Amino acid sequence: MWDYCANSLDVARLRGANYADVRLMHMRQRNLTTKNRQVGTLGQTESIGLGIRVIVNGAWGFASTDQLTREGVAACAAQAVTIARASALAKKVAVRLVPEATYVDSWQGPCLKDPFEIPLEAQLNLLLAADAALGRVKGVTLSETDMQFRKIDSWFASSAGSKIHQRRVISGCGLVATSFKNDAIQKRSYPNSFGGQHILGGYELIESLDLLKHAPQIAEESVALHSALQCPVKIGTIILGGSQLGLQIHESVGHPIELDRVLGQEANFAGTSFLTLNQLHHLRYASPIVNVVADARSEHGPGLGTFAYDDEGVPAQCIDIIKDGQFSGYLSSRETAALIGLHRSGGTMRTEGWNRLPMIRMTNVSLRPGPWTFENLLADTDDAILMETNRSWSIDDRRYQFQFSTEIGWEIKGGKKACMLKNPSYSGITTEFWNSCDAICGAGHWVLWGTPNCGKGQPMQSMGTGHGASPARFRNVKIGSAFSGK
Amino acid sequence: MSLSALTRTARALANHAQPPELRDEKFLRGIIDRVLRLAKSHRIPETEIEVDEVVDTLTRFANNTIHQNVAERSLTVSIRAVVEGRTARVSTNRLDQDSLATALEDAAFLAASQPRDPHLLPLPGRHRYRRLRRFSPVTANLSADERARAVKQACDLAERKGQVAAGIFSSGQNQTVLGNSRGLLASYRQTHAAFSVTMQHGAAASWAKANAADVRRLNPLGLAKTASEKAERAQNPAELEPGKFTVILEPAAVLDLVGFLFYDFAATAVHDKRSCLSGRVGKRLFGKNVSITDDAYHPEQLGAPFDGEGVPRERVLLVHRGVVEQLVYSRRSAKRAHTKPTGHGFALPNEYGEAPMNLVVAGGNTPLEGMIASTDRGLLVTRLWYIREVDPYEKIMTGMTRDGLFLIERGKITRAARNFRFNQSILEMLRNVESLGPAHRSSGEEMFEMVVPPMKVRNFHFSEVTKF
Repeated sequence: MWDYCANSLDVARLRGANYADVRLMHMRQRNLTTKNRQVGTLGQTESIGLGIRVIVNGAWGFASTDQLTREGVAACAAQAVTIARASALAKKVAVRLVPEATYVDSWQGPCLKDPFEIPLEAQLNLLLAADAALGRVKGVTLSETDMQFRKIDSWFASSAGSKIHQRRVISGCGLVATSFKNDAIQKRSYPNSFGGQHILGGYELIESLDLLKHAPQIAEESVALHSALQCPVKIGTIILGGSQLGLQIHESVGHPIELDRVLGQEANFAGTSFLTLNQLHHLRYASPIVNVVADARSEHGPGLGTFAYDDEGVPAQCIDIIKDGQFSGYLSSRETAALIGLHRSGGTMRTEGWNRLPMIRMTNVSLRPGPWTFENLLADTDDAILMETNRSWSIDDRRYQFQFSTEIGWEIKGGKKACMLKNPSYSGITTEFWNSCDAICGAGHWVLWGTPNCGKGQPMQSMGTGHGASPARFRNVKIGSAFSGK
Repeated sequence: MSLSALTRTARALANHAQPPELRDEKFLRGIIDRVLRLAKSHRIPETEIEVDEVVDTLTRFANNTIHQNVAERSLTVSIRAVVEGRTARVSTNRLDQDSLATALEDAAFLAASQPRDPHLLPLPGRHRYRRLRRFSPVTANLSADERARAVKQACDLAERKGQVAAGIFSSGQNQTVLGNSRGLLASYRQTHAAFSVTMQHGAAASWAKANAADVRRLNPLGLAKTASEKAERAQNPAELEPGKFTVILEPAAVLDLVGFLFYDFAATAVHDKRSCLSGRVGKRLFGKNVSITDDAYHPEQLGAPFDGEGVPRERVLLVHRGVVEQLVYSRRSAKRAHTKPTGHGFALPNEYGEAPMNLVVAGGNTPLEGMIASTDRGLLVTRLWYIREVDPYEKIMTGMTRDGLFLIERGKITRAARNFRFNQSILEMLRNVESLGPAHRSSGEEMFEMVVPPMKVRNFHFSEVTKF
């Protein structure tokens, strides 16, 4: 593998590249799904190839190939150089990178039980049993389960001398019960919607989820939602469950802090950001109890944003994003760090695969836990709606105005769960919302949730990100507007 | 590698100004033959092989300069084994004999590891396909220099106007050959090109995009001029009270929103009771001026004339004068419904079944200007953004307006408006269509391309306003 990397770097250098880095990646994936007690999808994919990024005449070029021969990688490197020369035709300022040391290293992410070594029958039997448990509940009209496993080996080399091998195993699993009755479809998911929970780790995740125990409860809830009260339209207090808060962090903190957005580089597609450079260290992003970090280090936990080095060879770091409510940092790369006068990249350049350019992506953007127990938080709340498990999410292209809906809500009255609510939703303006946070649950309730499908870039790249969160309370929030037009 | 060897390699390299060519179709057929021979020697009863090759390039610009510029070449072999009523798929991009044999063995192993599926059908036999000419050599050979020059024109225009340009100019080619052990063989190749541009004028912005099989049908500078003029008009937006408005949706806004409806036309989705059409097929669900067809053979469409199993695509009338007429069927869902497959199945195994992918929404004869002139008070919507489903049965969608929302008063655009969030049922929206413009191939950023008209719609529900 290193030979192909070295060959491509040599050709790039010989054809005029001032800088080059290359990623050779071998990616394996297994997908299993069931539907209504039958196997739905059962498949594996394997993909191996190389992508090289070069700077020539102060401009970028990138090319990728799956032809792993000396001629194939040489042609690929030559094409990257040609493309960079074309980029220079519309160049304004030469690309400049902040310095970074070189590293020669090998790292493997946490994985106690390799999911590719677990017998397939065992995996399918578990999913089919969980599916059957969902389907046994009267009123469930569609039962679905899924497991997904990935093993990614990447070999990174740069013309500066870095050579880094990393292996990451990713596992994910979830259940969904859907109930169609009269003129409504209701759905409940476990442990999270849109594919469940995903971590950097192995089959130990699946074993920890105890699918068979949780399946009947979510199935019953999906049916019970039909008879629940409609979530009211009002201004009030909400408590967000951890997984929903994870997505709230993703959309209203994680994306606006991406420096490529802030600098206009994503203006055509993903959008820009309200966090203009003059806001750094000045904006009161949130209430003083809110602390958010972007932490890619192993000690943060086995998140989808955990690694040892990013895809331009910068070591994983922990960056303060919101410190005591104050906006404190961006996600950066070697190029964007140079553009705003930082001395070092934050190490957040990541690529979906060998055929995609690394770009700034979230790592693990997490809310630090607070002092509350969930029980005390409920007891302290006189009138609120507890919202759990995301159903829809949307936010404007500068990340001000958002709306989320969740699968289930609970009316909280006098410190206790009073009744189930269907079709809950809430909306607001990012900074107003975060400044209304007045209670965050503690480490015992904190989970590092995985978002496996964050889309960004052209061509589109899908990336896994991590979001640690525990339930939290927000005051004076607009509730129920998603259904206000009915 | 020694310096002299390196020099020889570098000199031997061809001119890489143009992207690599697709391989000859015979090469792809050869892979299928190799796998079929392996399957025979491994005594795998039925085997399906799909070989996909992609050569894509994309030039990306922002801040009036090219900041990303990429090229991709890949070839994937996807093998499905069918073993005694069980099936599974394994894909690889390694083409050596050992890797193909391993992929085939893995597919057979995965298939055999599951319970028998009593509804699994044997592989389909041979079919005849309509020949589609959607390959443009000019597009396939479009160079990075040519894309850069077009981008520079857009950036220069932006600079002259005091604006900032961002966008993409992409081009590419792809081919698919699908074969199976019952003699089915289907092949297709096409080119594609797209130009998308956002022009930012201070805090305001607007956008334009086009996509075609032949790059000569694109007018990058024309699109940049459209976006530039609209960005200029989008300055100083007024903050309006949210509520129900008459809206004129430009084609991109129509397709990005209406596109979310079409997965519901899958017979499998209706059978699974996850479709908004459950219990509604055959009923008048939309206005009489709404008719929708899925037509892979429409001259402005792209895409293969066969589905994931190799069944020829048929033209399907989904909605006729507001009535939900037909669903689309894979072989499996067709058998369950005692009807014929329509050629819309996804590659097996999958749990979703099928979907229409070549949508043609019938247009009308009211041009956009006529819609504006006939509107006493309303909003012109350039595009929509971050659209998600709020209610799956009423098909309530939420999202934002983006890149140019304009207030219409007494038949004229009077000023820009701040962007709104909408929460709107698509079903209700298609009952409230007042007029339609001519339908053409259009592009958005959230949904696949369609042939779609602009629409004037009454009582479109905006629930909240944002800060810009």
